[in-house]
Amino acid sequence: MSAARDGKVYATVDDALELLRDGMRIMSGGFGLSGNAEACIEAVARRGVKDLTIISNNCGNQGQGLAVLLKNRQVRRVVCSFIGGNPDLAEQYLGGTVEVELNPQGTFAERIRAGGAGIGGFYTPTGVGTVVAEGKEIRELDGRKHVFERPLRADLAIVRAAVGDRLGNLRFHRTSRNFSPLMAMAADVTVAEVDRLVEPGAIDPDDVHLPGLFVKRVVEVRAHKNVIEFRTTRKRPEGSGR
Amino acid sequence: MSWSRDDMVRRAAAEVRAGQIVNLGIGLPTEVANFIPADSDVQLHSENGLLGMGPFPYDDEVDPQLINAGKQTVTARPGASTFDSALSFAMIRGGHVDLAILGGLEVACTGDLANWTVPGKLITGMGGAMDLAAGAKRVVVLQSHVAKDGKPKLVAQVTLPVTALACVHRVITELGVFDVGGDHFVCVERAPGVSDDEIARGTGAVVRFG
Repeated sequence: MSAARDGKVYATVDDALELLRDGMRIMSGGFGLSGNAEACIEAVARRGVKDLTIISNNCGNQGQGLAVLLKNRQVRRVVCSFIGGNPDLAEQYLGGTVEVELNPQGTFAERIRAGGAGIGGFYTPTGVGTVVAEGKEIRELDGRKHVFERPLRADLAIVRAAVGDRLGNLRFHRTSRNFSPLMAMAADVTVAEVDRLVEPGAIDPDDVHLPGLFVKRVVEVRAHKNVIEFRTTRKRPEGSGR
Repeated sequence: MSWSRDDMVRRAAAEVRAGQIVNLGIGLPTEVANFIPADSDVQLHSENGLLGMGPFPYDDEVDPQLINAGKQTVTARPGASTFDSALSFAMIRGGHVDLAILGGLEVACTGDLANWTVPGKLITGMGGAMDLAAGAKRVVVLQSHVAKDGKPKLVAQVTLPVTALACVHRVITELGVFDVGGDHFVCVERAPGVSDDEIARGTGAVVRFG
């Protein structure tokens, strides 16, 4: 046992990510740049591990988030649903140095869920008649064609949560939950960076979004950049207080 | 006089019924929200994990972790809920979303939709488009009637990569409102001053006028 750890709780993300190796399959939670495990991503960049497979909805955006790993040439393959607004990925994909596997977003989520839930695959109507179904089994069920999709798993998942306790129970904030609980279930090791670390019991059992058995390592990270891709606001009506 | 963009958006908003769960695609469809009354019992679904999406926040309300599928900052209305992506797409795939209003590149009179990529252009990925097209109970497409080069976007058979087959119910363009009819479109409404001839000339499939 290393001095940098107390049960599941690690002192720094670098300690928690000591297990990083070349060629790892890494799932990373977040939707675009929102809800990313920012400190974990920076730690992966610092370590310089290579030939990574990144499984994430977007693989960063606008040169930030996971796109930093692309800039560093650490990524060999990306499994995702959307790559718009990500010039680093577009360039390396077109240049043939990074492989991209696109999934419909719901299929992507369900493949990860299946990976964590011990399901060997599933039939879905999404993607029938499209490039997504090419080379896959098609089966008519209840009068509708379905395509067979296989689960996704990873060696490591990195997720961010608003609150986490020492047992790894997590609670997420607003739309930052997205793929994170699913990914935490589908990886051999999940590292959660939490805005606030609390004692067991501080999160009411009914308010736990992800039970701690899915989380092996917890690190408290108080400061986040919280990059906003499109800051859209409206004007407060005149004389409406505040 | 064909419809303006605003007219088209307003006409699309008229597709929304009381109490419905509605998902609005990225781009022009997003603007449909501006024409749904604030006190309406319609609930907007955003596939990144929000049901009960509200308007853009006031400047001092912005929360970087409360965004819509277009990654714009939004708010949550009273009664809203947040959830993970598997549950969000279970809502879509499971037929719990009543209406999706989506953008389009090509719609065939069979209801086939192409709206996610153009060969030769920079690929962006399908995101949630295929799930929404295949899963929503009713799909309305909001798009221009013809492409910039004048090519019809309402066609007999799509030529671009398919998003989903036989999924579209209705198309709203600057020229009118069109339902898919299998081997033809049915024009159910014309924009003011638009002639049958003008519609027929701009459409790559048979149009019947109701």
